[in-house]
Amino acid sequence: MSDDKPKAGNPLVNRRKLEARRKFLRSIVLGAAVMGISSVGYIPVARAWNVRMRPPGALEEPDFLSSCIKCGQCVQVCPVQAIKLDDIEQGYGVGVPYIDSRTQACDFSCDAVQCILACPTGALVYHKPAFMPSRSEMRLPAPPILLAKEKSPEPTLNLKERSGLAVLLRPEKCLARQGKGFKGMARGPSFKGKMRFMEVDRWKPIPLRDHPFELELCDLCVRTCPIKGAISMESVVENGVTIKTPVVHEACLGCGVCEMVCPPDLPAIVVEARKGWSV
Amino acid sequence: MNKYLESVRVMLGGDPRKAEPAEYTEEAKVIHFYKKNQKEDFEALKLEAREHQKKRYWLKRRWIVLLSINLLFTVSFWFDVQILEGALTASRLLGFHLIDLNSALQVMLAHKHIIVNLFIGTGTVFVLWLLLGGRTFCSWVCPYHFLAENAERLHVYLVEKKKISDHAFHRGVRSVFWVLFAAMAWVTGYTVFESISPTGIVSRALIYGPGLALGWVTLLLLFEIFYSRRAWCRYVCPIGLTYGFVGVFSPVHVTYKLANCHHEGECRKVCEVPHVLECVIKGRAPSAKLDIGSDCTRCGMCIDVCPSGALSFEISGLRKIM
Repeated sequence: MSDDKPKAGNPLVNRRKLEARRKFLRSIVLGAAVMGISSVGYIPVARAWNVRMRPPGALEEPDFLSSCIKCGQCVQVCPVQAIKLDDIEQGYGVGVPYIDSRTQACDFSCDAVQCILACPTGALVYHKPAFMPSRSEMRLPAPPILLAKEKSPEPTLNLKERSGLAVLLRPEKCLARQGKGFKGMARGPSFKGKMRFMEVDRWKPIPLRDHPFELELCDLCVRTCPIKGAISMESVVENGVTIKTPVVHEACLGCGVCEMVCPPDLPAIVVEARKGWSV
Repeated sequence: MNKYLESVRVMLGGDPRKAEPAEYTEEAKVIHFYKKNQKEDFEALKLEAREHQKKRYWLKRRWIVLLSINLLFTVSFWFDVQILEGALTASRLLGFHLIDLNSALQVMLAHKHIIVNLFIGTGTVFVLWLLLGGRTFCSWVCPYHFLAENAERLHVYLVEKKKISDHAFHRGVRSVFWVLFAAMAWVTGYTVFESISPTGIVSRALIYGPGLALGWVTLLLLFEIFYSRRAWCRYVCPIGLTYGFVGVFSPVHVTYKLANCHHEGECRKVCEVPHVLECVIKGRAPSAKLDIGSDCTRCGMCIDVCPSGALSFEISGLRKIM
């Protein structure tokens, strides 16, 4: 253009102006669209669609979601691959680790809670820092003793808080309460979950189906529990009849092994994520 | 110092500034004068240069590096070789913490606490990319860049065939996004950007297996193919801008030599960020040698297409030492 001040009506100038205006409006629409899409992620959080069981040592949920960097290093160190990463339908939970105890529970076969050691951002910690305390009902009465290393000089897991609590949700399904025994593979031949059995191999977890049981009275939840004093079989009198029933104690961490091994299709015992101990 | 400020201004979305007549060096003036008056010589040189052009020299090297790094993550996990554990957001290379700068920033803003490992990992990565050139991360490491640059080929082909047209946005919108994502992390307490970041999604999908989140990445690629060329990398991604800041003072950059340039503009056609190559337009370069600005991803595509060697990688200070 030779003209310094183009006159109105100059078609070239008008087209340029129009294009600049279009570009500006397009950019605003782009901005609104991307921000809108990223806000959609808040819905699952706000509605608490899924109460997920987090890996051991996880901070309280809002702190956990904000501090997790979604790298999956906890997934990589877990010897039984209990930890999985969430997908996009969990909103801001995309890439955030969780444990589905029924499919594969954390059996602490790593001994040292490797996921906590692997976490680069402090989303998983041995002890919650003073400025991010956990609820009092989440605190453990004493350092939990791992049965696998009960005889070692330091038998405890260095955990101070539980991540959930085992609950006898469907007592009517419990084989022990029905006085029944159990014979065979705890979850059938197609179940892929693994766990460590001290009498088989101190270090290597094996598939649950490779370790069949033969029990007079089913006490799978009690005999597979990795924590000392977390659960026991007790006699109780109900409706004038003495029956055996599993009872969860305050030492329970919510690791979920009992939920994984429970034989019925719908487990009698389950772990409730983020549930604390109450008398 | 002025050079750096200008580079940041352009990166944030400002239009490149034309140099004032007074800013031209004597050497540059001579070259511009010669080019104007020796047209025949130049045509001959152009043809000769074309014949000696190396094809896809840097592209091959870059793709090998990009795929190797991403596959090393996958292999480390699948075969438990433990060389590079984690994903691109945070990882451990032989035990040393490495943490993506933008992810770290999001976590720090959302969580409002910084623990030692986070600090160490972020520091290591900061120094690494300061040495290697900031946005070098984008083109040499980011797995989404790899998908997007291949989608871009399809986009360019469709535009050439006049099936579609490209829609540009204002580049300043990326700076606005950077601020908004930072603000959203602080206010909501969640790492909002992480949930839509194709870099994180693709990286995790490669390591931990595909998921629904890849649907979002597919939508982005379709948007880039049919509507706007390289839209995510050019106009949205805050990771690119974060690394861009790191690259401002980086010694690794593409250098432009005015004397070799035939001003054909091939480099600007292949560039993801053509605003950094304004200096190659005839008569624009104020000095005989120029470093390309910090928004440059150091992908080397311009070097590959330049028939006359006017563009090359250079490491500042290295020549002096050697």
